[in-house]
Amino acid sequence: MSALTALFLRDMRLAVRIGGGAMMGVLFFLIVVTVFPFAVGPDLNLLSRIGPAVLWLGALLASLLGLDRLFEADRDDGALDLLVMSGRPLELVVVVKCLAHWTATGLPLVLATPFFALFLALEPKAILATMATLAVGTPALTLLGAIGAGLTVSLRRGGLLLAILVLPFTIPVLIFGVSAAGAAAVEGASFLTPFLLLSAMSLACLALAPFAAAAALRAGLD
Amino acid sequence: MTESLGPHAGFILASYGITVAVIAGLIVWVIADHRAQKRRLADLEARGLRRRSAARAAVAPAASAAQTAADREATS
Amino acid sequence: MLKSVTDLANPTRFLAFTAKALPVLVGLTLALFAVGLYGALVLAPPDYQQGETVKIMFIHVPAAWLSMFTYGLMTVSALGTLVWRHPLADVAARAAAPIGAAFTFLALVTGSLWGKPMWGTWWIWDARLTSVLILFIMYLGLLALWRTVEEPTRAAKLAAILILVGSVNLPIIKFSVDWWNTLHQPASVFRMDGPTIDGSMLWPLLVMALAFTALMLTLHLMAMRNEILRRRVRSLGLAAAGGVA
Repeated sequence: MSALTALFLRDMRLAVRIGGGAMMGVLFFLIVVTVFPFAVGPDLNLLSRIGPAVLWLGALLASLLGLDRLFEADRDDGALDLLVMSGRPLELVVVVKCLAHWTATGLPLVLATPFFALFLALEPKAILATMATLAVGTPALTLLGAIGAGLTVSLRRGGLLLAILVLPFTIPVLIFGVSAAGAAAVEGASFLTPFLLLSAMSLACLALAPFAAAAALRAGLD
Repeated sequence: MTESLGPHAGFILASYGITVAVIAGLIVWVIADHRAQKRRLADLEARGLRRRSAARAAVAPAASAAQTAADREATS
Repeated sequence: MLKSVTDLANPTRFLAFTAKALPVLVGLTLALFAVGLYGALVLAPPDYQQGETVKIMFIHVPAAWLSMFTYGLMTVSALGTLVWRHPLADVAARAAAPIGAAFTFLALVTGSLWGKPMWGTWWIWDARLTSVLILFIMYLGLLALWRTVEEPTRAAKLAAILILVGSVNLPIIKFSVDWWNTLHQPASVFRMDGPTIDGSMLWPLLVMALAFTALMLTLHLMAMRNEILRRRVRSLGLAAAGGVA
């Protein structure tokens, strides 16, 4: 297993050093959250009602747009071919790369949520609910995005295509994420049911997405 | 700060606390970065890499220093 | 004392200058902070409306001024890079950015901490607050740009252009309180018909502002020194890698 941990550490170092995409996701998330009140208007009550939706959309776009570099950087310098021939099952390689990518971009999104929630005047309860749903939901987004990344790795302008291909799959995650996050503010609406469904989706993605992504990689490479 | 800070003392202390923390962070970052660069520069110098201007300066007094360098070479 | 500014353009002489100037600056900063904090925390009377929370003003206002002052300094260095090709201009801009970002962050956080007791909310989409937030995002954008482009000279040109484009935001911040009727306090120090603050609060505020400026200049000189050393390490490293002894 040490080879895979080595891959994980390598990806983490690459993401953090100059040129890496670690904080780009959080910056993009900050910009999306800042732009919303300009469009929707500075009325804090309105903002707090649509707050969870804004945070979820920001997180969704931030993670999708950061994913095109998942395999492309390796393909450019030929590391991808080495990974494919490394004898390690490609599915595990994909899982490790997704874990590294999630730790570098998905986790900072979750940790930054309280600050951005202040911009949207969310109550503490709603902030916690949004953080919980994001913590559980963003892995699903990364894994689904990995399938898109696998499909578009050999294409030139893969970034946007990836978002278009993968967006339909992320809609259920978005629906349950926002409903769970929003339920905390509305009395009577249950938080647990959508939250558990969201977790189920993440686990399902964890189990199935690597196979699809690995198949896409193999199809794209040879 | 003898007199009490009033009902909103928490906010005052929090803002002063964060200011001190951020300024301390800046100072630590600057000093640590300075040390790191100095250390890297020393390592590179140790590996015999001279900057062009430094190299020129090293060459000029080389003649007189040759003898002392030889001694140092012998002793080190 | 200085033959001319261009004399400082040579990095080696600049490093010699910083070695001499830094102890003086550090001493000045400490002295100013001592006087300023004493004046602000002990002597200044509580505000008739806000009570003691006015003490936050003594760090919120200098931090906000410094966030704009630093960006102004970076705009000048951006001109230095693009127009006068001053060798140290990019070093100055690159060294100033993290410090400016830190001061802007401080201005936003202390403002928010002051806003909660006084306005009842941590944040409000008010003209002044929003434009300072945009300034903060521009600082982060610049830092991200410098972190992405590896080659210093290319990064210098790109960053300089971005700084100049961003400098449009500075006047907006300064006059945002006047153009839009905002909740934020209108300018009360640098005004056409003189400050509206009472002397007992004004001098500590001005001393604190000077202390913050001295602190910023000290940190900036040190950061520039680091940046020069970092570039020497990089060029030496490349030389080593290139086999050129």
